[in-house]
Amino acid sequence: MSQIVAKSPNGLPGVPGGLLNNFAQWVADIGARTMEWTIGLGSISLFFGRTLRWLVTKRPRRETILWNFYQIGVLSLPVVALTGTFVGMVLAVQSYAQFKMLNLETRLGAVINMSLVRELGPVLAATMLAGRVGSAMAAELGTMRVTEQIDALSVMGADPIHYLVVPRFLACLFLIPALTLMADFMGVVGGYYYSVYLLNIDAYYYLQNSANYVGWFDLAAGTFKTLFFGAAIAIVGCHHGFHCDPGAEGVGRAATYAFVHSFVMILLLDLILGIGLDALYNVLFPQGPRLV
Amino acid sequence: MIAQATTEGTISSPSSKDPVLLEVEQLTVAFGRQVVLRGINVQIRRGETVAILGESGCGKTVFLKTLVALQRPTKGRVLFDGRDLFQLRPHELAEQRIRMGFVFQQAALFDSMTIGENIAFPLRQHTRLTEDEIYEVVKARLLEVGLPENVLRKKPGEISGGMRKRVGLARALALEPELMLYDEPTTGLDPIMSDVINELILRTRRQHPVTSVIVTHDMRTATKVADRIIMLYPLTRLKPGESQILYDGPASEIESAADDRVIQFVRGEARERLMEMAREESENAVEIGGAAHG
Repeated sequence: MSQIVAKSPNGLPGVPGGLLNNFAQWVADIGARTMEWTIGLGSISLFFGRTLRWLVTKRPRRETILWNFYQIGVLSLPVVALTGTFVGMVLAVQSYAQFKMLNLETRLGAVINMSLVRELGPVLAATMLAGRVGSAMAAELGTMRVTEQIDALSVMGADPIHYLVVPRFLACLFLIPALTLMADFMGVVGGYYYSVYLLNIDAYYYLQNSANYVGWFDLAAGTFKTLFFGAAIAIVGCHHGFHCDPGAEGVGRAATYAFVHSFVMILLLDLILGIGLDALYNVLFPQGPRLV
Repeated sequence: MIAQATTEGTISSPSSKDPVLLEVEQLTVAFGRQVVLRGINVQIRRGETVAILGESGCGKTVFLKTLVALQRPTKGRVLFDGRDLFQLRPHELAEQRIRMGFVFQQAALFDSMTIGENIAFPLRQHTRLTEDEIYEVVKARLLEVGLPENVLRKKPGEISGGMRKRVGLARALALEPELMLYDEPTTGLDPIMSDVINELILRTRRQHPVTSVIVTHDMRTATKVADRIIMLYPLTRLKPGESQILYDGPASEIESAADDRVIQFVRGEARERLMEMAREESENAVEIGGAAHG
């Protein structure tokens, strides 16, 4: 038995056993994890840099652009529209009781539409797209990596980043904001339908309050954020695909991590951009309308 | 068709006067702490067909990938036509890669494209040919590898493994490269299809003035197709100072090599490995028994 303990991979050479050994192992684990994260961050930054360089140096081929725009944009439309509609309706359901208590139910329009265009529309549409588009990109490019198709591109003198990543990046950058606008629109329609036809809120005041409180800045700020979400989804998804481990397990892991990491990036960017855009709003409209 | 082709033309044997096309100097490749290739020195002359032979895990595929700069060496350099591939800028490397054709082990066809689009890919990337001209070249390449025209519209998933390898060969030949690299061209194929691929490699050499490097563990391919064989041995089985190249000489003389390990590989004799396995098994049994009693 003592022989087996001595062979344990956790044991550090030259460090006495017990508490000290466990502490040393803990420090070593933290060090290894930190290095892993730093290398990962460096790798994705270089990947992003190479994508930007190709973006400005050589135009991608028309057919690759069209195919990716179709796959990422057109095919995502139903799922994004559905998400938007339900988010709008659910917001009406959840907020109605509280506003009714204060006899402010006509303000529901402002709350629903403001939440939609500033926050929920962009974040939920981007989350749906991280699941639908980001994972699919990671799985597709991961399979290409595992079956040496990415190597085949390189040996035929075609840069894989230029050929595979740039069209996907452009599609996400341009179409995720467009899809978010669609989600916003469907959310506004869904919220209006539920509030006016099912909760019997007066349509005139509902729309009037919406118009008073929700401005172009809100819509522009919400949509502006999605440019960053789109870029993050494309880069994270493609990076995971390009650095996929061998085998079916590797492809599956790449797809899962593509979604998880894109989602974390979306939340992080949303917070940073939210703070920045709020500060900008206060500078541009110091006397702007406030809900409270 | 293929049998006929073997009698067409003659293959001129490369001589030591031919200029060197590929030069590998002190090549060392390591993955983390695991060294796969150590201090490899090889020169390949124009027109030569060299088989890189060796058992699984000896680093022969890694070696082949360093020749097209798909794998960066830890030390050493690879000179293609006098240029160090790892010192080139990306667009310069792409230009050099157009002069090479690589046939992957599993063909690596783009599965989102048809067979025709796969073969046309390098032509569309690097030439200004019209679509009609590209179609003519694609058809010609397909005929060269003995495939009918009706496969052009099929997807890679709809054809057999042997056909995929032949399409991979046709795609690699599309731009008429000077250097052809084959990664295990006959692995996973039945003996008949393996022979077809061997004949196609020979035919390619007759029809195009190419230099070829073939990585294989198939003795039949090595002796039939190559005029020179380089045998690599796994580093883990070598003594510290020993060269990883156990044999570098004419294909016809490999059976009379001085090193026993070469002869064992050529004849497929696994005696030493079987003895090692038996020894490991008995050691494990003793360890498990000891742990159970302890």
